Amino acid sequence: MLAYLLRRILYAVPILIGVNLLTFALFFVVNTPDDMARMQLGIKRVTPDAIEKWKQQHGYDKPLLLNNTASGTEKITNTIFWQKSASMFALDFGYSDDGRNISREIATRMGPSLAIALPTFLIGLVAYVSFALLMTLFRATALDMAGVALCVVLMSISFLFYIISGQFVVSKLWHLVPISGYDGGTGGFKFVVLPIVIGVIGSVGSSSRWYRTIFLEEIGKDYVRTARSKGLSELAVLFRHVLKNAMIPVLTGVVVVIPLLFMGSLLTESFFGIPGLGSYTIDAINAQDFSVVRAMVFLGSLLYIVGLILTDISYTIVDPRVRLS
Amino acid sequence: MSFMPVILWSDALVFLLLLSGIACAWYVRRHEHLLLPWRRVAQSATAMVSLLVLSLFLLAGLLDTLHYQVALPEKNGGETVYSPEVLSVFDKLLTPLRTHTEKTYSAPLAVTLYTKESISDVHGNVLREYPRLRYGGAQLADIQQQGNDVLRRGLSGALAGLAAGLLIALGARRRLAKRGWPLRALLIATLLISAIIGMFIDLATSYHVLGTDKVGQDVLYLSLKSIRTGLIIGTVTTLVTLPLALLLGIAAGYFRGWIDDVIQYIYTVLSSIPSVLLIAAAVLMMQVTIDTHPQWFNNSASRADLRLVFLCLILGVTSWTGLCRLLRGETLKLREMEYIQAAQSFGVSSLRILTRHIMPNVMHIVLISLVMDFSALVLAEAVLSYVGVGVDPSMISFGTMINAARLEMGREPMVWWALASAFGFMLVLVLAANLFADAVRDAFDPRLNRTEVAA
Repeated sequence: MLAYLLRRILYAVPILIGVNLLTFALFFVVNTPDDMARMQLGIKRVTPDAIEKWKQQHGYDKPLLLNNTASGTEKITNTIFWQKSASMFALDFGYSDDGRNISREIATRMGPSLAIALPTFLIGLVAYVSFALLMTLFRATALDMAGVALCVVLMSISFLFYIISGQFVVSKLWHLVPISGYDGGTGGFKFVVLPIVIGVIGSVGSSSRWYRTIFLEEIGKDYVRTARSKGLSELAVLFRHVLKNAMIPVLTGVVVVIPLLFMGSLLTESFFGIPGLGSYTIDAINAQDFSVVRAMVFLGSLLYIVGLILTDISYTIVDPRVRLS
Repeated sequence: MSFMPVILWSDALVFLLLLSGIACAWYVRRHEHLLLPWRRVAQSATAMVSLLVLSLFLLAGLLDTLHYQVALPEKNGGETVYSPEVLSVFDKLLTPLRTHTEKTYSAPLAVTLYTKESISDVHGNVLREYPRLRYGGAQLADIQQQGNDVLRRGLSGALAGLAAGLLIALGARRRLAKRGWPLRALLIATLLISAIIGMFIDLATSYHVLGTDKVGQDVLYLSLKSIRTGLIIGTVTTLVTLPLALLLGIAAGYFRGWIDDVIQYIYTVLSSIPSVLLIAAAVLMMQVTIDTHPQWFNNSASRADLRLVFLCLILGVTSWTGLCRLLRGETLKLREMEYIQAAQSFGVSSLRILTRHIMPNVMHIVLISLVMDFSALVLAEAVLSYVGVGVDPSMISFGTMINAARLEMGREPMVWWALASAFGFMLVLVLAANLFADAVRDAFDPRLNRTEVAA
């Protein structure tokens, strides 16, 4: 198990290097630091001096990959690539345009993101699976048809609509919860409840339908027929046999997103004014703060890869047939 | 008045897609076995009705793709100068909607502005009143008649539309209808749609049916113009996704070995970056390139258009990995089939095996995933525009409409019509696409058919 884990982690390294190279190419080769400086300072009337000064301020005044003027290891380390890209492996993301330490910012913003994303994820999982089980139980009846039709309609509605109409109806018309804001203490409940409910409703359609497909595929298998012919009730078949066996395809889609919960949701956080990583990203995009966007890209892929490893581990737990070797 | 046709980049790509679509349709028509699943699609009432709706959207989008520039009136007999404004045939059809702009917000079917203004009456007294609109309900002498007038026009328009729909349906039935088509559902849908269109047309000539936005533009016009942007995002992206996924997926599955390793590596790297972030990063970089090279564009339309094409490109690059993985898996399965082994032992070249034996057998996966992706892309456009990495802010799209209207949520009474129209149009488009995609999947996916029957 340990050896497998180690190998899996080693396998993740080249992928992270790939992500790193890709972001490096995207941010520094497609557009040179000069272009970025000109963009940040405004196109008109920008002097070469101003560009140089901007580059120096942000540490972009070094050669890209190889510093021929330096000596020894400095040849490699005193470059943009080493200082801006390679350092991300040590989770050192440098400083944002307004001079803050990005790593510290990320650490403090993870909490609020998680406060929204984790409950949304857990409540959502239970709700979608129960809805899907209900549809499976009443499969091929009018109830199932209505459920599927409802799912299709719900998934055709833009997530923006759920947020905007939710804020309008619950906060503005009914005055039940504040429109936006966040509070870390116990008084924070009133701020997070609406984003969580909307987050759950937002993907009812697609998720429930997906689970229903999985359950239906499982229910057509031979062992289910055997279980039924043993005289088991339909409920027992569904809960004791189908649900357990459907865990494997369910896990593939579910476990992988758990680490990504740290990243929060871009839309929800920015609409509800939650100081998490999602709103941090949106603010960075709007302010064209490249170093923050670069950090988030790297962090996102890191968490995704952690999710992939967790998925593999979870297989061994639910499926004894899977042996990690 | 003379004009000069303009072909923007996105127009060219749309025509390319249209041509390849026609070529595919022509090819399928000549092969009975390829036609079979489409016959199954044609028997489904929901599929045909949603196809009808989709084709109306498509018609609007295509008309909106035929762009031209109008020649300005000659000044001193010199060479003709063209207006910098790029118009489309669709704009020409909607001229009253496009040109009848009010001062600012007005509610749907309103005859007065949304805000009060100081007006001086005949006697010179200054009053705080809701001023009359310049165009909405301008034919009415008295505001009190508005309700009756709307009702009359709405009814007469709906009746005229109904009559026209009936004629079209009867004509189309004789020409086009095949046995097994859900004719009753189609007839009802045609009548309903034509009645609604008729009502809108009659009302739109003298009112702003869906109100006006902040600068007084007709919301109905904006919504109709947004269709093209949504369709382009949903379809042109395919031009990038399809070749990448098909080529790399099949190659990885068929050749295995180091080719497989390299391709798997590429798509794992790409898919490990959360797509919104990758899109945001790429769009930010593209913005820098566009902003530092203003000399590439001769007018704002071509600039916005190039940004749209780039956005499609970026969306394509970030979304091919899912399809590629599916195709690789399927090819891995197919290459062990007896008929492939037989071909190999006959000494058929790899290229020929890939194109003649493997490609046709994975096409159903490609088709299903393309129609499924379409609606997701249309929805994604709105979200990306909200995040600030979508289409150019000057380009009319559902995303920019929602973004502009969202800022006015706090007003009292609320300005709801622009939001409602954008979401409404989007819902109809995406719902029709989803329903059609489901029917296509049911008809083409052999595995799914079995489980449906078993269930």
